[in-house]
Amino acid sequence: MTILSLANLKRLAMILIVTAVIAIMTGAAGSSSAPPTTGIHGSFFERVSWFGLFTAPRWLLFFTLGVIVWLLVSLYRPRAQTIRRGAESFFALPRAVTSRRWARVTLMLVALAIVIVLPKFVHESFWMYLIVEQIGVWILLALGLNVVVGFAGLLDLGFAAFYAIGAYTTAWLTGALPAPALFHHPIPTLWVIPIGILAAMVFGVLLGTPTLRLRGDYLAIVTLGFALIIDDFVETQSGVTGGGVGSSPVPHPALDLGFYHFKWGLSPTPYYYLCLVFIVVFIIVFTSLEHSRIGRAWVAIREDEVAAESVGINPLKYKVMAFAVGAASGGFGGVMSAGLVGIINPSLFTYQVSVNVLVLVIFGGMGSIWGVALGAIVIQTATSYLDNYQPWGYQINDLYMYIGALLIVMMIFRPAGLLPSRRRAREFAEAKRGDDVHTDEVLTGDQP
Amino acid sequence: MLNVTNAVVRYGSIEALHGISFDVEQGEIVTLLGANGAGKSTTLRMVSGLHAPSSGSITYEGRDITKVKAHEFVSMGISHVPEGRRVFPRMTVEENLEMGAFRRKGPLRDDMEEVYTQFPILKDRRKQPGANLSGGEQQMLAIGRALMSKPRLLLLDEPSMGLAPMIVETIFSIIGQIRDAGTTVFVVEQNATQALRLADRGYVMENGRIVFGGLAKDLLGDERVRAVYLGESVDT
Repeated sequence: MTILSLANLKRLAMILIVTAVIAIMTGAAGSSSAPPTTGIHGSFFERVSWFGLFTAPRWLLFFTLGVIVWLLVSLYRPRAQTIRRGAESFFALPRAVTSRRWARVTLMLVALAIVIVLPKFVHESFWMYLIVEQIGVWILLALGLNVVVGFAGLLDLGFAAFYAIGAYTTAWLTGALPAPALFHHPIPTLWVIPIGILAAMVFGVLLGTPTLRLRGDYLAIVTLGFALIIDDFVETQSGVTGGGVGSSPVPHPALDLGFYHFKWGLSPTPYYYLCLVFIVVFIIVFTSLEHSRIGRAWVAIREDEVAAESVGINPLKYKVMAFAVGAASGGFGGVMSAGLVGIINPSLFTYQVSVNVLVLVIFGGMGSIWGVALGAIVIQTATSYLDNYQPWGYQINDLYMYIGALLIVMMIFRPAGLLPSRRRAREFAEAKRGDDVHTDEVLTGDQP
Repeated sequence: MLNVTNAVVRYGSIEALHGISFDVEQGEIVTLLGANGAGKSTTLRMVSGLHAPSSGSITYEGRDITKVKAHEFVSMGISHVPEGRRVFPRMTVEENLEMGAFRRKGPLRDDMEEVYTQFPILKDRRKQPGANLSGGEQQMLAIGRALMSKPRLLLLDEPSMGLAPMIVETIFSIIGQIRDAGTTVFVVEQNATQALRLADRGYVMENGRIVFGGLAKDLLGDERVRAVYLGESVDT
């Protein structure tokens, strides 16, 4: 019986070791909120409920799970080929569907219809609020970072900076900051939108022009530094930004067209629609940019900067452009956030935010607008749910452990992301094959 | 057409080119030869705007282009095929060719067809990503891409590098056709014999200097050319 072969028993041992690690990490020992005395002992012997039927120590639960996984693996290993092929064709489905134009259009219309009627079905304003603040704003951020990372291939570890600039510009112009207002009268929040977007874009250009001559790792470090400077500035310059306490309340936006008045108030639903309109606008703008001359220049720079230069592309110009364009939606995210949350303070714009946005982009699929939007929806929904319901003994402090694990699994099984862009999928396929495609043909001189 | 006078190139404190001068006339194929590390690639990097000389001058069609940046060369009618081919790996052959015409407007169909007649294999492979081509095909694509900008001067950096002799012959015969079609060619090569058979004139570099130059057919039998490649120093 092959199930008891030496190799398979070794596999059982490996699986059990991994489950033991998971048991430790997800239990008291891995949680920063558990009392330190519980430790590894607590991770194994804490009694947990099995779906309310009976209770047992955690180790038994994980041991059983490990053995079940091992049994499944042993059973299905002879059929691995078939299963892999099945999984591949399953994952190829979205691409197969969206390759037809009518299917794409239908999907988009359905999605649009769902998001338009969604507020009718969400009755608690708490959840509506979360949808705008935790999902809507983060989609905006992810869409913006996707232009920088996904389209132009520039690793930006400080995207929260643009978010902060959008938010603080809003607070400043509406008179919510200690800094003297720019104009005599504070500007209504709604009219800050174009100014906030513009401010973020200007900062994108200011940051990009000197730094985008750098490549790869160097650029990532500089962007990280920029975000830390902004973070530090808002934290310490309390005379200008209100410091750690934050701003005074930012007034709610209001629309006054003479014949039509509308005031955004405490209800999150109007914010939802405001956010939705801008998400749609940004998706349309970014999609057309992607397929424009500028988008092609970005691809060229991402693939080979020297070659891009040799065909007449000015790399600096297009990289700065990517920074500015990405900053636009990040900046609007900030404006939106300031109007909705009311009081803004440095804790909203930490380094963690930059990392989070990057996670959404990587998870959704770098360079794929729909992938990134979907990725933001999936991860942000999951984290909001976990934070508010705390199922299965989940602790808020452990969030990043799970996100880290998710990213690892993702990189192994689906490195190009949830809904990869076609070109990026190609890149990852090559990386996975691990072949530097040309070498052998070069040496043997493959006859044309 | 292209005149380089007393150009000095430095990498930090190291002087890589110690004041070199040469010229390329309209309609010629001129080749620059030399062993590894002689400064050939640095020269081409300088001529194509990737690395500005710290002194000396470069003029093209009577204009001073010493300070012109690499990406502006294309619109001046100079096209550069970089060392190591550098095709866009994830773009298809067709997209690569389109990128070659990035700086000009107008329909590309005819120009693309022209490249395809020159390199029929590229037409067969037009939907394949650049990375999937063989080395020889990639070199053809890199040259085709450079031709898409309709250059008057084509700069080639070691087109034979890493290719089998038979492919090199094909590539070189195409370079000859490109010249016959009216484009001036400046080619940096290690493969001296092949390059001199093709070229009208040649220059030989050693340790960051041009040690001598002349008509290609004279250089072909010249003992000194061989000496340079064997690492012997040359008295001039």
